[in-house]
Amino acid sequence: MSRRGDQAVKLAAEIAVPIAIVAAWQLWAVNRDDPKFPPPSTILAKFQDMWLFSEFGTHVVPSLERIAIGFGIAVLAGIVIGIPLGLSRPARLWTMPHIEYWRAMPPPALLPISIILLHSIGNLQKVSFIAFFCLFPVLLNTIDGVRGIDPTFLETARSYGLGRLERIRRVVLPAAFPQIVAGMRNSLSLAVIMMVLSEYFSSTSGVGYVLLISKNTFDFGPMWAAILLIGVLGYLLNALFSIVERELLAWHRGWRAVSGG
Amino acid sequence: MRNACCGSNLRCCIHRRVRLRRITDVLIFVLSIVAALAFWEAISRTGVISEKDLPAMSTTFSELWDLMQTGTFWHALLQTARGWALGLGVAAALAIPIGIVLGSSDFAARAFRVPIEFLRPIPSAALIPVLFLTLGTTLQSEIFLAAFGAFWPLLIQTIYGVRDVDPVALDTARSFGVSTFEGLYRIKLPSAVPYIATGMRISSGVALILAFTAELFMGNPGLGQKVNVAQAFGLENQLYAYALATGFLGLAIHVVSTAAERRALRWHPSQRAVTA
Repeated sequence: MSRRGDQAVKLAAEIAVPIAIVAAWQLWAVNRDDPKFPPPSTILAKFQDMWLFSEFGTHVVPSLERIAIGFGIAVLAGIVIGIPLGLSRPARLWTMPHIEYWRAMPPPALLPISIILLHSIGNLQKVSFIAFFCLFPVLLNTIDGVRGIDPTFLETARSYGLGRLERIRRVVLPAAFPQIVAGMRNSLSLAVIMMVLSEYFSSTSGVGYVLLISKNTFDFGPMWAAILLIGVLGYLLNALFSIVERELLAWHRGWRAVSGG
Repeated sequence: MRNACCGSNLRCCIHRRVRLRRITDVLIFVLSIVAALAFWEAISRTGVISEKDLPAMSTTFSELWDLMQTGTFWHALLQTARGWALGLGVAAALAIPIGIVLGSSDFAARAFRVPIEFLRPIPSAALIPVLFLTLGTTLQSEIFLAAFGAFWPLLIQTIYGVRDVDPVALDTARSFGVSTFEGLYRIKLPSAVPYIATGMRISSGVALILAFTAELFMGNPGLGQKVNVAQAFGLENQLYAYALATGFLGLAIHVVSTAAERRALRWHPSQRAVTA
């Protein structure tokens, strides 16, 4: 087969297979006629009905807000705590046992405790919960990234008389940045999960809340629409992050190409 | 003769220093944990956070100790571990073969790219209500949830691993007349093992989280259910003790899977740099 023909077949498969899957699902669901598994057409109609955009403001916006604030706090804290830990071995020795314990803790185990400690089932508890567990990917990647810096860079910067803060800003941060961004990517997908868990456990608004209510009322339409929405949110946030990542790291790849060539 | 060399021999001197360093490391490790526990005790006893909201460290640990004398505790722990193991097992049994196929065939990879890219970011947590209303609080629902979550990281790692195979090795094998199956077994799989091992470590953490999640949210028996019951009845001490135990289970699984990953990779060049 010619190369071009080969490419065409692959492209056709890439388009045809998802369509075939959805079509098969539609047929299966229509035949089965089970309210628990509505056909994709019904789910899509419900999706449009709810999320575009009559309940967007009441449920999607609060969820996105919690993700954004929790993720933002986690990234900031992860970098601010991670850099000194990456630079200092004694600091790592003192803190790593605790970091290892909390990063291994299954997050839902702290859901009831977070409510008790914060006296809240509102944004305070949701955001804290999301921020706490999103901290670890950023923190661990920052520590790793900083530890991996070529010591020559740091010594050169020192011998040029750069102060500590200046060294962090000009050498440490840029050098560790690609790995920090990799941690941020993991944190972001974690943030969506933490949002769903915390809202599904106890809340008065949000996408997880819709899941909870529709489960309690055996209302399968909104439930599937919410599941689809969570999938779309996860997909879009991931895609958005890829774009931001490319922008953020553009200088880095260029810099590497130049210094490597 | 080992002791006799010390004092003058440089190597021995380094040895000694390394040993001294190791002792200080262990000392700091112990001290940092003691400090954290003391801090916990202090903020609860002095009322910075009221003892009703945060039982003191000693109260929590003695509660945990009491629980550990009961069969219920160990039963719950084993049930959670069972959900984790079966979920991870099912995920591995599916993800590794599928990953090998998708990694070996460009055509298959392209054909399933969109469905995978779409399904992967769906948090398994979103499936809880459906599972609850269809499979109910059965072991199957817990395994399904854990396996669904653990499947994706392992699948992606396997695909990358198979793709990363050295083409020269494959071509060499082919020119030696090695069959496709043997090539898979002798070349593709071994070179994908580091990736699969990393995938297993990631997936193992995910599987535990989701096994616990199933128990907390759907009431499947296990530690999660205990946490939920303790909260519902306002048994704060028990709630904290069970959460603490869950953390230890998580830590144990993390330590074991990290060690297993390292062991599986002992022969691999990527580990040499780490140990050096």
